[in-house]
Amino acid sequence: MTSLAEPTGKPAAWPDTYGAEAKPRMGFFTDTTICIGCKACEVACKEWNLLPEDGLVWTGESYDNTSELNANTWRHVTFVEQRKPLKLSGETATVETEAAAEPEPLRWLMESDVCKHCTHAGCLDVCPTGALFRTEFGTVVVQEDVCNGCGYCVPACPFGVIDKRDLPRSPGDAPLALPLLGRKEDGRVWKCTLCYDRLKGGHEPACAKSCPTDSIQFGELDELRERAEKRLAKLEAEGWNGPRLYGHDPDDGVGGFGAFFLLLDEPEVYGLPPDPVVPTKHLPRLWRSTALAATAMFVGIAAAFVGGRE
Amino acid sequence: MTDRRPIEEAQARRNGRPAGTTSWRGSITERGTQMDSYYGRSIVKEPVWKPEIPAYFFTGGIAGASSVLHGVARLTGNDRLAKSALYVGAAADIVSPALLVSDLGRPERFLNMLRMFKVTSPMSVGSWILFVSGGASSTAAALELLGVLKPVKWAAELVSFLSGPPLATYTGALIANTAIPVWSEARDELPWLFGASAAASAGAAAAVVTPLGSAGPARRAALAGVALELGLMQAMERRLGFVGEVYKHGAAGRFNKITKACTIAGSALLAAGGKRSRAAAVAGGALILAGELSLRWSVFKAGFQSARDPRYTVIPQKQRIARKGGRR
Repeated sequence: MTSLAEPTGKPAAWPDTYGAEAKPRMGFFTDTTICIGCKACEVACKEWNLLPEDGLVWTGESYDNTSELNANTWRHVTFVEQRKPLKLSGETATVETEAAAEPEPLRWLMESDVCKHCTHAGCLDVCPTGALFRTEFGTVVVQEDVCNGCGYCVPACPFGVIDKRDLPRSPGDAPLALPLLGRKEDGRVWKCTLCYDRLKGGHEPACAKSCPTDSIQFGELDELRERAEKRLAKLEAEGWNGPRLYGHDPDDGVGGFGAFFLLLDEPEVYGLPPDPVVPTKHLPRLWRSTALAATAMFVGIAAAFVGGRE
Repeated sequence: MTDRRPIEEAQARRNGRPAGTTSWRGSITERGTQMDSYYGRSIVKEPVWKPEIPAYFFTGGIAGASSVLHGVARLTGNDRLAKSALYVGAAADIVSPALLVSDLGRPERFLNMLRMFKVTSPMSVGSWILFVSGGASSTAAALELLGVLKPVKWAAELVSFLSGPPLATYTGALIANTAIPVWSEARDELPWLFGASAAASAGAAAAVVTPLGSAGPARRAALAGVALELGLMQAMERRLGFVGEVYKHGAAGRFNKITKACTIAGSALLAAGGKRSRAAAVAGGALILAGELSLRWSVFKAGFQSARDPRYTVIPQKQRIARKGGRR
């Protein structure tokens, strides 16, 4: 349990449990600087994974009408319109508005968000049924035939990735024989599997395969980290405004992401937490506190008997 | 796929704004910390738990603390109180799993909870605690009612006695072990708060159903539980600071006020008239029970409010980065 809190840089017990079947840890490097916001990844993911449609609406939030990662959206392209220059030199696109006399700098940030497949994954740690597990590729996957829909993983994810699928029964469905025990809805949790089925067959995930600019790069995590460092150095040398890696550090609060990013602004600008920490990091202390509280309650109630029956 | 809730409503619910309105954007200044957000959208997800869960926190607390009340009453020879605590606890123990099963997305798979024992999951540990403790106390109650198998009953009573306290406190650990700021930051208080609330609930319930002459310890447990709980709540809100603000607003704030009003009024009644008047004991006990149920609701709702507003996620994390000297 304590190993969870230690920055081992490696998922607990992985890959030892796989023995001869062990594979290198696979992941994504999403380079947002070359994302063109085409959403091919969203579509390819939906198609390959047979994800239900989740509404056709206009949000008014730039070109983003998907809004978030959830049970039915496992790739989500964010769109951020900023009045900031693209390059530190000031070289940038501009926009003329009625509000300002001078043309203002303009940049349009796009980022294809996805499950981070954390080294220390909160969802996996808290899953009481073992439905969530660590694959031989080091990724985190839900077994849909085991999940009973307890929902504990949903608030345990520091990124708000995993979610319960809500498909209510339709009026035409047969009535439930046992309303308490019968299936009410899909009722299970879903998230990106890093295309576990495709990986098993030796293919790259659908999103990476469909990405026309290679903004989504799939490969062995160690190799991706090296590639990302080089890319960052290049962007810094070229004077881009604000490039930074997010989730590449094995010493961060979740032990590094299996799917990490190159961003152009603070993580919260893209709706990402700036310093995510796996909830179970504090669990040893939390269990101690719980045991103490239990003992105190025991002693306290016993003490209430001092002073007799009345 | 007919009859689907429109996505706008779902999104609006998630983001705490009415359907049809456009988003707000830009920066929020809170205590001097500038932050951006992605169209004001939440970062961590709100829990998907339904009202069964805070109801279970309440019944599980009653069950756990009643086991202790029952055990000590038995040891000190207060058989009348022992009996009422046993029956109250067993009733709560029978309701609890039904609430939990009903909340599952796939209720028919409830036994999957016992597929494994996983110390990293307070829900897994708690399922086993509830299985053992609930099984023991309902067995003991059934045997007491039937008046048979004395040795088995004693064994069941002992198991229930020892597994009651963790049953009453693990639920605090369960919600503290999440990414919801107002819960996870309160990891030092929540198990204690839930333990105190459990003692108050079990004491109040026993005070309602026990004759005055035997109910003294139950009344004192209720009063001490309320006092400790009110103090802890105060301390928790103060220590949480900005993150604890949710206890002043919205549903969490309303339930917080109801909790204080009910528990203080109930305690006053119980303390002033609980010794002499059965009516005062029943009314005081009922008020405290209502207050404790409201406390569980307040904490539950606070989690949703805390998840919904990205400020509560981002600002403490930015402050943590600043404390670490800018290093993530």
